[in-house]
Amino acid sequence: MAAVRKGPVVCKFCERLHRSYPQAHLLQRRLISDTASSSEWKSVVGLEIHAQIATSSKLFSGAATKFGEPINSQVSPFDAALPGTLPVLNKECVKAGILTALALGCTVNRMSKFDRKHYFYADLPAGYQITQQRQPLAHSGHVDYVHYRSMKGQTDTAETRSCRLIQLQLEQDSGKSLHDAEDQQSLIDLNRAGVGLMELVTQPDLTDGEDAASFVKELQLILRTIGTCDGKMQEGSLRVDANISVHKPGEPFGVRTEVKNINSFRNVSKAIDFEIQRQVKILESGGSVENETRSFDAETNETVPMRDKEKLLDYRFMPEPNLPPLYVYNNESVPPGADTDRIVVLEKVREGLRELPGEKRQRIQEQYSIPLRSASLLVSEEGLLEVFEELVKDGAHDMKSVLRVLLHDYLGVLRKHDYTVAQCPIKMDAIGDVCDLVAAQEIIPASVYKMMCELAEKPELSVKEIVDRDNLRLIQDRKLIEQVIFEVLESEPKVLKKLRKANSKGNGLVLKPLLGPVQQRLDQRGNHVIITEIAQEILKKML
Amino acid sequence: MTSLTVKEALSRLRDGRLNPQELCKQCLRRARKLTHLNIFITQTEEAAHKHAEASAYRLSKGNNTAHPLEGIPVAFKDNFCTRGIRTTCASHMLSNYRPPYSATMVQRMQNSGAVLVGKANMDEFAMGSGSIDSIAGPVKNPWTLLFQNTRQRSIANRQSACCRQNAPKDAASTSEELVVGRRGMHTAATEDIQLESASHRLAFVDDSDWLVTGGSSGGSAAAVASGAALVAFGSDTGGSTRNPASYCGVVGFKPTYGLLSRHGLIPLVNSMDVPGILTKTVEDSAIVLNTVAGHDVYDSTTVTDPFHPVQLDDKFSLDGIHIGIPKEYHAPGTSPDVLEAWRRAADLLEAGGAKVTEVSLPHTQHSITCYHVLCCCEVASNMARYDGIEFGHRAKVGESTEELYAATRHEGFNEVVRGRILAGNFFLLRKNYERFFLKAQQVRRLISDDFRHVFASGVDMLLTPTTLSDAPTHSWFTEHDNRTRSEQQDVFTQPVNMAGIPAITVPAALSPRGLPIGLQFIGQNFDEQKLLSVAHWFELNRDFLPLSLDFLDNPRRPQCEPLDQPL
Repeated sequence: MAAVRKGPVVCKFCERLHRSYPQAHLLQRRLISDTASSSEWKSVVGLEIHAQIATSSKLFSGAATKFGEPINSQVSPFDAALPGTLPVLNKECVKAGILTALALGCTVNRMSKFDRKHYFYADLPAGYQITQQRQPLAHSGHVDYVHYRSMKGQTDTAETRSCRLIQLQLEQDSGKSLHDAEDQQSLIDLNRAGVGLMELVTQPDLTDGEDAASFVKELQLILRTIGTCDGKMQEGSLRVDANISVHKPGEPFGVRTEVKNINSFRNVSKAIDFEIQRQVKILESGGSVENETRSFDAETNETVPMRDKEKLLDYRFMPEPNLPPLYVYNNESVPPGADTDRIVVLEKVREGLRELPGEKRQRIQEQYSIPLRSASLLVSEEGLLEVFEELVKDGAHDMKSVLRVLLHDYLGVLRKHDYTVAQCPIKMDAIGDVCDLVAAQEIIPASVYKMMCELAEKPELSVKEIVDRDNLRLIQDRKLIEQVIFEVLESEPKVLKKLRKANSKGNGLVLKPLLGPVQQRLDQRGNHVIITEIAQEILKKML
Repeated sequence: MTSLTVKEALSRLRDGRLNPQELCKQCLRRARKLTHLNIFITQTEEAAHKHAEASAYRLSKGNNTAHPLEGIPVAFKDNFCTRGIRTTCASHMLSNYRPPYSATMVQRMQNSGAVLVGKANMDEFAMGSGSIDSIAGPVKNPWTLLFQNTRQRSIANRQSACCRQNAPKDAASTSEELVVGRRGMHTAATEDIQLESASHRLAFVDDSDWLVTGGSSGGSAAAVASGAALVAFGSDTGGSTRNPASYCGVVGFKPTYGLLSRHGLIPLVNSMDVPGILTKTVEDSAIVLNTVAGHDVYDSTTVTDPFHPVQLDDKFSLDGIHIGIPKEYHAPGTSPDVLEAWRRAADLLEAGGAKVTEVSLPHTQHSITCYHVLCCCEVASNMARYDGIEFGHRAKVGESTEELYAATRHEGFNEVVRGRILAGNFFLLRKNYERFFLKAQQVRRLISDDFRHVFASGVDMLLTPTTLSDAPTHSWFTEHDNRTRSEQQDVFTQPVNMAGIPAITVPAALSPRGLPIGLQFIGQNFDEQKLLSVAHWFELNRDFLPLSLDFLDNPRRPQCEPLDQPL
């Protein structure tokens, strides 16, 4: 996630502002150019996503679920699998699961059941995980997400794609093993053991690493919007397993591999693209892909086989006998006399739904006539859309300037300080003032970001104070500008020569060789539009 | 004093004729005298004295309605978790395990004023029907003492061995010919009886031989029978409460699945386990049931409907009660004494006004096989947690986690447990799941439906034997392995667990050897009221005297002298 916080970076290849990582493009370019024949291969990716449910207690016990608490301080007898303890289903987890299912367009099953999945591992105290293998909480559904397609030499386009979901199930998280290689010891932390997870399984609708990363980002946004998961990949509350295969068009899917426990957007993209390349290489050299489980090594950026892959795992699924079937009612099916505190009613849960990211994007695209990319950026940061809507309300500020300031400079400040919108101390009025200066072209464009940074550090300063103090106003004086242009033309024959040469091709008036030296003499503070206007007039006469 | 029923003791405790500390002391003393019977794995003397003292204090304050079992000594099978007190399941795996919490049954008993006197012996992890496979040694049936007391090697001669057999009551003997002639219900079945039944081994093989208690809750049954506790809790998965109750001559009650909380009961088969209540009388069982029944938030399989306490009436009439006699329960190996007791009981009930007819439970014959599969599967799963990491025994090898698991589990579990784990994991393999587990679940449904159909046809309850014979000798019992014996011994009791319905065994008669024979009443889901009412009627009208070991308190007193009759 470190890259995400560094601030907006303009990608060298697509010249698009990236919130996260330009490396994705580097990787994709390599993919295309390295293997000349790779265009013959189609890659297919499906994901299994584990999202920790943001409830204060665990799925089957009353122990707390806070992140970063002292080791083994949030463990109930049930979480340690002490003999005789029984699971008690946390209703809040069920509600969170259902709310998520509704947000993802899933069909909630009227009745779902819990199963035991057996395997021996030191951080799995009971020797089995309680999950929903056979009859999950919900099924079907889909996620519409924004994907940026960037082709070399073209401006990138944002498009909406869709990925179908197979099912959503509730299950327990495991504990954590800490291996001490020196002392030959393994230590177990059970704080995480028993925390509720939603496992989401997608159809193999995704095509490559960046596509998958875009999908996961959208999913994260949805989960955060409805509050069912905090989506913090670096803390492990959102984890991704990817199933990857490649095949030639028109042929059946290839043998797939699974890459487990990917814990950042960057790694989702890297791991999947590495794995695609690896499989293509194997197949092109006449080999065959082995159906195996691999893990991603973030140090080497490679996927490696997991240790016990040779063992045939049989999970010996069995129904969990200590939990009755989970019924989800709707208003019509609530049994008469039922204790409403004990049952979950679909319509009640649905009331917790809020405007989802996709709906927001569609609404503001239509309402403000802004492109998908801007809409997507506004929606992707919690609270940013609200700031935008406040600033443009009743035409208070020029919308284009507001978009520019928010999406370039304000977002940059948030990243720099790792602020959420709510945490950022810059006052709304100040943002408005900056937007006005930008709209009136009264301020040096390059200074906007610097000024926003200063406002974040000293929110008590006014915009006017900073502008006056640092002399950030653009030079609008037409006479002065005209004078400087003449100075350049007279004192720098090279510039004139370049201008003549550029304009001899008949491709219309070219001003470029002139603008740099003029701005230089104006200390980069000349109003670009005015300079252009005057230069045009002068050159038309001269040339 | 230890021969008192709960009801009698409560009455004496409340009017001050008896104080909790004295009663507790007597029970502990009785237990100490019988340590060679291996009734307890842990005697909780210190806790008992403390609880008794608290009880005495509360009684002296006079507020006894909030504590319905104030001062009553209770024993718990050692698979009920007791906070801070060793809970072993009779296994090396848990030989030093002290749970940080108490089972709901333990908690509710303590909340009601009961005094915990000990953790009763059992078969390891409740797998067995003899209570002989325990790290604490085998439980010996207290009835053995009657014979040893009279220095009789043989228990064949009831006249000399036991002078406590009453003459048959008139009611039973007069109706005998009449009813048998009319129904003729035993004639066909008796032909199937195998000769090799426990009752045919008439003698102890040597001085060291003794009678088994049955199991797996043998310690709990022996505790009540011997007077070491007035109440004991067992667990009942395939008959583990009813079987030893029958062999030890006490009442063994398995309530409807879902009525009593399993929280803190270390499981055998979660879908069949029920806490079982062992007392001297049906009335006592009702008192205890009323104290501990009802929803528990820690056990999601307990019913949330409010529990209506069972009210027993000595004037209860059998008029309108329809009792079914399942013809399939004439199992091979059933001793003639048991059949005789069964027949007499049926006659007695009929004479008392009940309608008694033969009914059919056609799928019962498959119950044991089906149970074997389901039990092993759940055992394999439930036992997976014993890996030596979080609690319990940990082997002293540390090369790898896998080795640690293997050694820990090999050292911690006995062969019976390991055998069931192995079988269970085999049944649960993906390739076997449908053929074994799923099939067994389907058969379970058929067995359960059998009961449903019979009850739907107007039958109120069923009357069956509880065990094949009276208490077998250890020498006879160990002629076959645990699995064989479990399959034989659970034959009458096990189908009930498949259906979750309630059942109670009541001592019905003494065998010619002078040993108790229990009969089982099987009722309908959550109709404990009717089940216990009929069982109570039967108890009042049967011909049986419970064991009294009061002679132990006064060695010079001849044991044949008439003893305090508890009823």
